[in-house]
Amino acid sequence: MASSNQKCGCGNSSELVPLQLKVPIDECGCQTTGGIPIQASTRYIIGDIKTKVGAFPQITSHLDWKDYLGAFKVRWGIRRDRYRVAPGLYAVGTPTERSDVFVTANYKLSFDLVRKNLKGMNSWLLVLDTKGVNVWCAAGKGTFGTKELVRRIQLTSLDKIVIHRRLILPQLGATGVAAHLVKEATGFTVIYGPVRAMDIPEFVQASYKASKEMRRVNFDWYDRLKLIPNDIIYNLRYLLSMLFVISVLSGINLNGYSIQQVLRNIIPIAKIIASGYFSGLVLTPLFLPYIPTQNFSFKGLMVGAIVSVLLFLNHSLDGNILAQFAEIFFISSFSSFLAMNFTGASTYTSLAGVKKEMRIAVPVQIILAAFAIIIFVLELTI
Amino acid sequence: MERLRYFSEVVTLQLIQEKCNNCGMCVKVCPHEVFELKNKKVYLTGHDFCMECGACKRNCPHGAILLDVGDGCGCAAGIIQGAFNGTTPTCGGPNEITCCN
Repeated sequence: MASSNQKCGCGNSSELVPLQLKVPIDECGCQTTGGIPIQASTRYIIGDIKTKVGAFPQITSHLDWKDYLGAFKVRWGIRRDRYRVAPGLYAVGTPTERSDVFVTANYKLSFDLVRKNLKGMNSWLLVLDTKGVNVWCAAGKGTFGTKELVRRIQLTSLDKIVIHRRLILPQLGATGVAAHLVKEATGFTVIYGPVRAMDIPEFVQASYKASKEMRRVNFDWYDRLKLIPNDIIYNLRYLLSMLFVISVLSGINLNGYSIQQVLRNIIPIAKIIASGYFSGLVLTPLFLPYIPTQNFSFKGLMVGAIVSVLLFLNHSLDGNILAQFAEIFFISSFSSFLAMNFTGASTYTSLAGVKKEMRIAVPVQIILAAFAIIIFVLELTI
Repeated sequence: MERLRYFSEVVTLQLIQEKCNNCGMCVKVCPHEVFELKNKKVYLTGHDFCMECGACKRNCPHGAILLDVGDGCGCAAGIIQGAFNGTTPTCGGPNEITCCN
């Protein structure tokens, strides 16, 4: 069926797609990873490299504007769950049986970063099926793990393609991969490389030694900034459900219920919710290290309180004094909740720590929000 | 740059010196320099910087590291998701659409 082929975009590239032939094929003949079609375009494949066990796709190290546009889009959460490449073995440059083997995830953003930084090095790139998730998160979930690595080594017959027995893994893959078990199962020695792909050339030059700096995970302002767009999109569910619930409540009055009243209130309510959203999702992450306390929810609470009090002093809050108090409570509570959720995006919070924080933070957030909503409804009816 | 630090004394990480043969694998895989190799001996020096990612535990061939690991990161949204599903903290919804791609 030509039409369905075009739909998944792999119609005319059949001779160029990865040749491991172990990738699941769906009914229209498209390669898939876990039921979701891989990115329609395989522009990064520029040829193939013959080996004893067959040909493998050769990829370019050059990223073009479409790759950068794709990266920008996934940062905004657009079709992010589909930003995948087919798992398997790829060739960068013209690798031989002595060339290094690098390992990465099949999230295209990860794949792109690695191939870009392998420029000029003839090497193999083994892409694991992590369901389109980046190395670190996938390692946490176990999909970038010992089992998948061992399976992928066997599927590609890697032991017949290279004569050495070394694999270079991103250090953050260590959360999911046990080097000693990989060695036991396949004979391959895992070398943990740098955290960031950009350090690969330096790592190789330094005879495969990762310096302290290469091994350390940072979380500077640019790292945090990159995460904000996706958080804004991902948390829209909270924003919209809050807007819906509070708008519906805002119709209550002494005579029962008024739709007009809802329509009148909806813009002021949206303003309040947006203020909490901005405080917890943009301001708190950006200024994270500069806000006192280690507690994310408390950081968010403080930023929300400051923003709402500034709005209050600027006479930007709506309603009478009682309603304005409710609004301050609400903005602080919502900001606190969203900032608490940023723990998952951060690179240094422990599970035990987050649990400790939540035992106090969640009740406080619920009490503040409930208080705000009760005052708000009372104020409408009195 | 100053290292970011979360709470003190909550992390579950422990190094069992008796089982450790000082191979230094934990030093290599830790993203927060929690371990140090001094005079061919491994020390746990940065306990409060640990994020419980589990890389050291996973790569310790001698079982010398004790640690409660979830999905490898401390994530409030994951804990909430787990509470709703009645499971341990987890990331990702029903369709594997995760917040942490």
